[in-house]
Amino acid sequence: MAQTETMTINMGPQHPSTHGVLQLILELDGETVVSATPHIGFLHRGVEKLSEHRTYHQTIPLTDRLDYLAPMSNNLGYVLAVEKLLGITDQIPERAKVVRVLLTELTRIKSHLVWLATHALDIGAMTVFIYCFREREAIIDIYEKISGARMTSNYFRVGGLSADLPAGVTDDIRKFAEEMNSYVDEYEGLLTGNKIWQKRTQSVGKISAEDAIDIGLTGPALRGSGVDWDLRRDNPYSGYEDYDFEVPVREEGDTFARYQCRLIEMREAAKIILQALDKLEEGPILADCPKVCLPPKQDVVNTIEGLIHQFKIITEGFEAPEGEVYVGIEAPKGELGYYLVSDGSANPYRMKIRPPSFVNLQALPQMVEGALLADVIATIGTLDIVLGEIDR
Amino acid sequence: MTPEMLSLSNSPLLFVVAMIVKILVVFGVTMGIVAYATYAERKIIGRMQTRLGPMETGWYGLLQPIADGIKLFFKEDIIPSEASKLPFILAPMMILVPALITMAVVPFGGDITIGQYIIPLQITDLNIGILFILAMAGLGIYGITLAGWASNSKYSLIGGIRSAAQMVSYELTAGLVIVAIFMMSETLSLRGIVAAQMEPLWGAASLPHWMHNWYIFSQPLAFVLFMFSGMAEVNRTPFDLPEAETELVSGFCTEYSSMKYAMFFMAEYANMIVIAAITSTLFLGGWDGPFYGPINFLIKVFGFMFFFIWVRATWPRVRYDQLMFMGWKIFLPLSLANIVVTAVAILALQ
Repeated sequence: MAQTETMTINMGPQHPSTHGVLQLILELDGETVVSATPHIGFLHRGVEKLSEHRTYHQTIPLTDRLDYLAPMSNNLGYVLAVEKLLGITDQIPERAKVVRVLLTELTRIKSHLVWLATHALDIGAMTVFIYCFREREAIIDIYEKISGARMTSNYFRVGGLSADLPAGVTDDIRKFAEEMNSYVDEYEGLLTGNKIWQKRTQSVGKISAEDAIDIGLTGPALRGSGVDWDLRRDNPYSGYEDYDFEVPVREEGDTFARYQCRLIEMREAAKIILQALDKLEEGPILADCPKVCLPPKQDVVNTIEGLIHQFKIITEGFEAPEGEVYVGIEAPKGELGYYLVSDGSANPYRMKIRPPSFVNLQALPQMVEGALLADVIATIGTLDIVLGEIDR
Repeated sequence: MTPEMLSLSNSPLLFVVAMIVKILVVFGVTMGIVAYATYAERKIIGRMQTRLGPMETGWYGLLQPIADGIKLFFKEDIIPSEASKLPFILAPMMILVPALITMAVVPFGGDITIGQYIIPLQITDLNIGILFILAMAGLGIYGITLAGWASNSKYSLIGGIRSAAQMVSYELTAGLVIVAIFMMSETLSLRGIVAAQMEPLWGAASLPHWMHNWYIFSQPLAFVLFMFSGMAEVNRTPFDLPEAETELVSGFCTEYSSMKYAMFFMAEYANMIVIAAITSTLFLGGWDGPFYGPINFLIKVFGFMFFFIWVRATWPRVRYDQLMFMGWKIFLPLSLANIVVTAVAILALQ
């Protein structure tokens, strides 16, 4: 009998399709995966530790850099947590809430576009990649108009928004949201009915509902396994209860099911954006909490109170009451949670982030065991991981 | 009274000159197409993907292939220290050379006459032309397998093994498909096969005289099988597993750089031309058509190449086991059935 040995192959951190700096140690028997061990930490920047030495406002730019494909969602989760800690959740003005929903849904589309682009490219469909990035470019332009930055938006503030929407940008968003459905049709035309695409995704990276819950999968990865769970609907925040949208659920638990879930989510996100645009009314964009929110510039220049508040917030930040809070939101990739512990000072005593990608990645070894090498790539793609938030 | 036409064997000098001219022309044209196929591919895929493709080097980027060539030529030529040197150096040549040699038996036009001599527009009309093509295609596998093995890299090795398995499986189909063709033409010479396709369609004299008996009409299944087997053999998308970029980095050519890498690249496109040329010859009547022979032939070749590029822009890649499944359990039985059906039909019509 000839002896056969397994081959250990080192996939990443410099590999074209590990979506960043993920390292996988694969044990291969021919092309079949015996075991896969993810190694993470190549992108660790210590965001959680850094935030302990910054005021609450100064942490917002750091959150942009967690899931850099969905910065607004990260901003939202963080500011919601701080607002809950301060107990000012009820004081957020309506306009700020609507704009937050509007932009996080836009961010959801943006994140899903990058997912679809890279996922399709990994499986070999290169045209979808360019199409998705074409639409993403439109979203990035909107980002730039709103926040001045194309990727790291840093737009939301504790208590509201950093600035009001610039004139005319709602028309851009409306135009984009109305066209989004036809774009998704275009991607579906290239992929959904394609026999090769179906063969490459159906029954690949399967995970049952029980296993998904045990591991703690969230987001489309969970809904693709038949668990009907979406924080926007089941634990609404920022006024999501006022919107009419569907949560797509698929029973199969394979890559194709997750693909369908995400495509429908893109359509639903466009629907929510249109509803938010209809709800959008003139009004204040910051809560009336002078000790927390920066005063408008003319108050700083013209009134002594404004000047004092501005000086205090900029130099010392604001002090949060002692206590601890957890806020989870439905980020594009799953449940994004912020756990804040305050000792009553102007800096958080501890900030713990629950990144969806980090938890979702845990399912990878189980999902690829016994699969082929090419399926590993498809599975990494379908989990939609971003190393920025895995390593923090 | 027309003078009697003589074959070139009566004039050794003219034979040698004509041969050298033909070889140079075929080589030059093939390499020209290879260079500009890269440009065409980038332009066409660019258009399909709402991009422009190369625009900067020369007018509409027309000098891009030359710039690419110069760039690759001046790159450092790295041989990994753990690689087996000789096979590592030989491998790219072993891919490119068979691809180019195959063009020698492909007829690209009818006869031309100089004085009283007939010059066939084909480098050499082997009476076993098809077998020669199959042999050369088989030789090409060695290049890829050797490249994968000699690089001493795991990704290259997987790429090399994949390609060996893939090419062997699909060559079988391609070979069996061709059997049906030469059962109909009753010759193995490619020139003879083209000549057989110039007869009236299905031998029916009642049809318009411009409808020729191209084998695509009587062998549509064989045509499809051969084209896809061909795509699998030259590692084009959706069968580009040996170099599956997103899985194996670059597959068998991961460790290659400089001109050696360029040779793999040229070989890929040369193989594409070869498959396009052979498919045109076997199924679309070769140089037969409304224009001057070589022009008809080039139009068909370009048509196929456009199709290959189009597929690359559109389709995802198949998986290794699916590829094997398709090769052995779908294509192979179909090609065998095709032979049986063809044989029965030929017998019945006799």
